[in-house]
Amino acid sequence: MADLKLTDVEKTYGGTVNVLNNINLDISKGELIVFVGPSGCGKSTLLRMIAGLEKITSGTLEIDGTVVNDVPPAQRGIAMVFQSYALYPHMTVRDNMTFALKLAKKSPQEIDEAVNRAARILQLEPYLDRLPKALSGGQRQRVAIGRSIVRDPKVYLFDEPLSNLDAALRVATRIEIAQLKESMPDSTMIYVTHDQVEAMTLATRIVVLANKGIAQVGSPLQLYERPENEFVAQFIGSPSMNLLPGEIVETGAQTKVKMANGSIISSAVPTQDGDKGMHVNVGVRPEDMVATDGDAIFEGKVDFTEALGEVTILYFEAEEGKDAVLAKMPGIHKDLRGNAVKVTAAPEKVQLFHNGQSLYYR
Amino acid sequence: MNPALQGLLTIIIGVGGCIGYFYLSNQFLDKVLFPAKGPQAGRNINRANLVRPWLFLFPALFALGLYLAYPVFETLRLSLTDRDLDGAFVGLSNYQQMFAEPKFWEALSNNMLWLIVVPAAATAFGLLAAQLTDRIKWGSVAKSLIFMPMAISFVGAAVIFKLVYDTRPVDQNQIGILNAVWLQFEGGAGSFLFLKVIPALILISFAGIVAYVGWIFVAPIANSRANGGGAGFVPLRLFVAAASLWLVYLSIGSLFGIFAFQFPYGEPQTWLTIPFWNSFFLMIVLIWIQTGFAMVILSAALRGIPEETIEAAIVDGANPLQVFFKIKVPQIMGTIVVVWTTITLVVLKVFDIVFAMSNGQWETQVLANYMYDKLFRADEWGVGSASAIIIMLLVSPILIWNVYNARKEMK
Repeated sequence: MADLKLTDVEKTYGGTVNVLNNINLDISKGELIVFVGPSGCGKSTLLRMIAGLEKITSGTLEIDGTVVNDVPPAQRGIAMVFQSYALYPHMTVRDNMTFALKLAKKSPQEIDEAVNRAARILQLEPYLDRLPKALSGGQRQRVAIGRSIVRDPKVYLFDEPLSNLDAALRVATRIEIAQLKESMPDSTMIYVTHDQVEAMTLATRIVVLANKGIAQVGSPLQLYERPENEFVAQFIGSPSMNLLPGEIVETGAQTKVKMANGSIISSAVPTQDGDKGMHVNVGVRPEDMVATDGDAIFEGKVDFTEALGEVTILYFEAEEGKDAVLAKMPGIHKDLRGNAVKVTAAPEKVQLFHNGQSLYYR
Repeated sequence: MNPALQGLLTIIIGVGGCIGYFYLSNQFLDKVLFPAKGPQAGRNINRANLVRPWLFLFPALFALGLYLAYPVFETLRLSLTDRDLDGAFVGLSNYQQMFAEPKFWEALSNNMLWLIVVPAAATAFGLLAAQLTDRIKWGSVAKSLIFMPMAISFVGAAVIFKLVYDTRPVDQNQIGILNAVWLQFEGGAGSFLFLKVIPALILISFAGIVAYVGWIFVAPIANSRANGGGAGFVPLRLFVAAASLWLVYLSIGSLFGIFAFQFPYGEPQTWLTIPFWNSFFLMIVLIWIQTGFAMVILSAALRGIPEETIEAAIVDGANPLQVFFKIKVPQIMGTIVVVWTTITLVVLKVFDIVFAMSNGQWETQVLANYMYDKLFRADEWGVGSASAIIIMLLVSPILIWNVYNARKEMK
């Protein structure tokens, strides 16, 4: 149970292909950190470097205050759960779980105790003598988790552990992982996923990776409510945040922005005097849009609607090649299709971005 | 006629005959026998489709029946009759005569030796080559070189190795590489190192491994006393322990033998006439050929192992040897068994190598060559057929097991 520190970590393949740069991250004991990012952003590579399966090109990785760059995986005090479970197909569930302990030459009593404890936590007791092929996907994933629990590691690493499960099982296993984390409050976990829901529900803090680096680190709601840049703003939340051009006309604790349609709206993001006249992108989440008769952030004709029952998503007409503006309205509004609608949002829901960066973090 | 023209003609007749057969027989079926017209058109199409597979199967079934199934029964008949008595039924007397011959038992025991050594060595070397060439840049070049002997016929390989083992009088240059190397040993420190110390080390490590394996089998008995029972089948464990103790005893005996033995330094050896060891010199030829086969199949199997299980084992703390023996080998065990049994089948039928190199002299006889001797040289059809039946009886269970395993692998 430890803290983990990455300093200026960089990964380059074959001396030329740079995939990760400038990774600085402090993870403290007991946190569940989720790495998210688009495909190919290097989140799995980063996890594998922490595990020791990939070499760190430069920078240092510390676990518990010790630099472990050149320490083999088994001695780093980590355990990893793989996407495809990676169970040893020729071993029973019990042998799968005891493999590491036997290699570490633990006493039979210790091994039995550890396996029984893990089997109890994960409800695997009836399956201990089965081969992996006789288990369902969810059970296999539990065995993979059990295999890491028995080693009592300092850091648990999860590499997209739920992506091979079907939707219903994914939700159930996600809740199990959350409960597991709660039952082991001292253990540190790092969890890689591309699924936002997993990230939002499980994480103590989320690390968004993009463009070979860290885009933002923060609690799930911080990332949702106060994204640091346009990338995070659009990556977190579904459907993604609308970005509309505007110009700052009044600065202060509340900023007034003139939109393209001429109306003036306010944002809770504070600005300085010099910002007047700055061209910004105004970011509003579809679910924060409300219909209005007064000053609108956006007005346009509804191109089509998606009625999901509890909400209706409005797609506004957009110029060719531009993303359509979306609004999510509670209730059923099928009749809005083809109508002109004005939408606005509460000032605290309105983000301001300049050159891709949020004005809130200056 | 020019042989090239003859060959061309054969090809034309053969291929043309095949095409003609398939085309005409199908035409006959569709146009004459069950024409797809008239009031019965639907039923005729169905019937024609029921018959069609048999049209395609027929040539193969016919050829296999004529050249495989019929000879089995004919051989069985021959082994129970005597040609000199106009094919009178003589019961098992051919078998009795054969079992009374020391040469038959020599062939059988040699075959057993081949059966143990060649599949084990070829599979082991193949596995080693597959693993070692997996991750290196020039691995594919090495693989091609190791695989190349597969392209050489057994007789060709036998001729090559006959040259390797060749002997010339002492005052001439040795053209056989084995003798050329042998003559470099003159009894000095180098000879002592290579011919005494290294074999001794190999023997000691062998004895150590055997003793360890024996201990693995015995230890649970001692432990079960402490834990209160549950050591499994005790007589089997004791048997393995006794066998390993015997092997340890043998190797320690040969250890003294090595140091006591006076090597005939400086004299070219006729390798193929040294009893017992000459069988091994013949086996090397087959191992040389079959290693490539084993390597190719096992290399494909190794590639099929999910990379993540290996990474998981590394994270679990396994060193490269443990990854290989505890994670990789068990996962490809099915393929290893198939390779092993396939080579075993080749070994049981081994004939060409022995025939071309020693012709069964100097105690190198094997069953297939014994059969050939009896059938075509001694003109003892009964005894020859009896030995053929013995070979078939030995091959069949392994063949069935092989097919069973191969089918299981494919699922």
